[in-house]
Amino acid sequence: MKTIDELNIGELAIIIGFNGNAELQSRLVEMGINPGVLIRLVKKSLFGGPLQLKIREYYVSIRKCDAKDIRVSLHES
Amino acid sequence: MSRDHKHRHQQLKTGITVALLGNPNSGKTAIFNQLTKLRHKVSNYPGVTVEQKSGLFKINQHSKGIVTDYPGTYSITPESLDERIVAEEILQWIHGNSPPDVIISVVDASNLSRNLYLTTQLTDLGIPVVLAMNMMDRVQSKGTNIDIDKLKKELGVAEIISLSAKKKWGFKELRAAIDSVSAMSDFSPEADCAIKIPEDIRKTLQPLILLLEKEFQYSSMLAAAQALRIITRNSAFDLYAHLKEIDSRVTETLLQNILNLRDQAIEELESLGHPHRVLEGTIRYQRIDDTLNDISFDTNRFVKETTKSERVDKVLTHRYIGPTIFVLILYFIFNSVFTWATIPMDWISLEIAHFGEWVLSKMNPGSLRDLFVDGIIGGVGAILVFLPQILILVFFLTILEDSGYMARVAFMMDRIMTKVGLHGKSVLPLMSGYACAIPGIMATRTIDSWKDRLITILVLPLMSCSARLPVYSLLIGSFIPATKIFGLISMQGFVMVIMYFLGTVTAFLLSWIFSKFIKVESKSSFVMELPPYRIPIMGSVFHQVYSRGKLFVKNAGQIILAISIVLWFIASYPQIPEGHTGISKVEYSYAGRMGKMIEPVIEPLGFDWKIGIGLITSFAAREVMVSTLATLYNIEDEENIVMLRDSMKSDVDPITGDPRYSALIALSLMVFYVYAAQCLATFAIVRTETNSWKWPMFMMAYMTILAFSASSIVYQGGRLLGY
Repeated sequence: MKTIDELNIGELAIIIGFNGNAELQSRLVEMGINPGVLIRLVKKSLFGGPLQLKIREYYVSIRKCDAKDIRVSLHES
Repeated sequence: MSRDHKHRHQQLKTGITVALLGNPNSGKTAIFNQLTKLRHKVSNYPGVTVEQKSGLFKINQHSKGIVTDYPGTYSITPESLDERIVAEEILQWIHGNSPPDVIISVVDASNLSRNLYLTTQLTDLGIPVVLAMNMMDRVQSKGTNIDIDKLKKELGVAEIISLSAKKKWGFKELRAAIDSVSAMSDFSPEADCAIKIPEDIRKTLQPLILLLEKEFQYSSMLAAAQALRIITRNSAFDLYAHLKEIDSRVTETLLQNILNLRDQAIEELESLGHPHRVLEGTIRYQRIDDTLNDISFDTNRFVKETTKSERVDKVLTHRYIGPTIFVLILYFIFNSVFTWATIPMDWISLEIAHFGEWVLSKMNPGSLRDLFVDGIIGGVGAILVFLPQILILVFFLTILEDSGYMARVAFMMDRIMTKVGLHGKSVLPLMSGYACAIPGIMATRTIDSWKDRLITILVLPLMSCSARLPVYSLLIGSFIPATKIFGLISMQGFVMVIMYFLGTVTAFLLSWIFSKFIKVESKSSFVMELPPYRIPIMGSVFHQVYSRGKLFVKNAGQIILAISIVLWFIASYPQIPEGHTGISKVEYSYAGRMGKMIEPVIEPLGFDWKIGIGLITSFAAREVMVSTLATLYNIEDEENIVMLRDSMKSDVDPITGDPRYSALIALSLMVFYVYAAQCLATFAIVRTETNSWKWPMFMMAYMTILAFSASSIVYQGGRLLGY
């Protein structure tokens, strides 16, 4: 088990759950970033900036500190 | 105008009302424009529609309706201010305050599952929903098949219409659907379409559901949905507190009851192992994913697919290449604003001069002719010259936004922006500030953290807006030599870029300082969709450029015209008595005396009384500085209509005989304009958006201090260095 920020670029993973109890979880889930869903880490930006993910049919960026709170398990493609 | 308005209002009252709701970037505004034939700004940046707009539209040959376009939202439980506006409105609907007859739920069919989330929230409200599947052209071209009939049944919507706002098909069907659905008097979706809440969770919600059903007469479907929402998010409960003004059933005791039942339910849920913050989302997506599975639509398969946009982003948001490209784009824009516009600008100024000469030759000499030629043509004409530059600037900014590039800039810049106390989403408002601070300040509503938003608002007026452009342009054109640096870069264009750069860097520096001192409790997050790149719709781009240009010309025709006339009077009277020598006409006038009075204050900055008059008049709008100087020089020169650049260059000090203005004074004045708070409209919008007097006052104060200190450093420093 890993968190999203630990993934390598291009890796696929399934969301398992969230750490902590941040307000942000509500927004993530509303945008379809919910447990059971497949994600792909597309890009990391410079100096530890936001990460770009592909999820469902779209691309989204989240901050690295928030990515640390999303637990995933690697998905064999 | 008022009768027209009234008439329109009466008409508006009689029709069917339709609400357009959807995710950001789902194409709501494009559909609104297509229905109403109005031309509102469409964009490819999440949350551009920050205000709701209504318009009349034709349903069929006999009837019209009113359609309202609401800000894009991912959910009706609000996160940011623009979403809050929608959520508040919807809660008012279900409490009987003018609900629409039909909701059009606009979804981007090429991003179906996430878009349907909002749709499932809307079908629970008890208002008939027409699902408008936009961008079907792209889905079809990808060869994806969606079983519309099955989807319609499972979602509980009244109708599903496939359309393409871009290709303009599907609108006839949409109008027909609105017509037939609004005629259904008692639409209710099949019971099994209601939100499916697992039994153990439903049990914990039951007391709250019963309370809502009893107190507000909600349907069981709506009560369950609202209960779920209140438990998931604090913001959903907060909305009820605001309902007190319109619904007498909402009392303090009732609110307290809801709160108690909520806390109790949360406690039970957590003990059962259901995190309450993700409750609504998890349950709804469960249902959406099941529904899509039923029509054999596999959402996960898209995750592996590399889209065209992703390939473009390999370069445009590349770790190192991406930011470099962004800086080059900015340089290119500001440089081209100066260099490309020269030809049309020269042409306009020549035509205005010709027109002035013509009036001069046709009218009899006298005060009226002077007013026309010196006051009006001189003043207003001097401003109109800058129209081409403003159009070019707005054109480029619109292209960046509509193409989807600005969302990438927010992505690339978020790290740096947070370091200086701002937010990735501050980039778009700040860049809009290059055109005008007012839309920029409005656009900050998409920033969900209040502290980040406040700081963005406070520093936004430091971004050089298009009203400063005429001032920079006049001074650079007159006093900065048209040479090339290293035989390559235009000196004039370079100085222009420096002015923009100065304002921008100061904005970052100050936000860093403000973030250390402003103590406001607020959390900051950044969850941002990166929409697919799209080729900007040229009609929409040109409309944006056109309306900006129209505003500028309208300003010239109203504010600047009025100021020019008043200025002409106070700069022409009292006239010098016979035999009085050693003083110019303008110096003797009221305006001249006014300028002379403040001259001691601005002398350390290198400014004389003429500029002083301009500083006073430009409180109405910055560009008035230019028209003021033009009027003053025209009054002094009785014979001709003068070219402002030439007059400023040839103006000499009557005592020493040296040129009055120099490159140093020009630089000092430009720096003053970079920083000075000279726009009443900005002050007013900051007052409304922050809902306080404190912040606009603070903004005025810091900007004025900055302007005086920076300008005197430039001037005095330059003098010390021997310029």
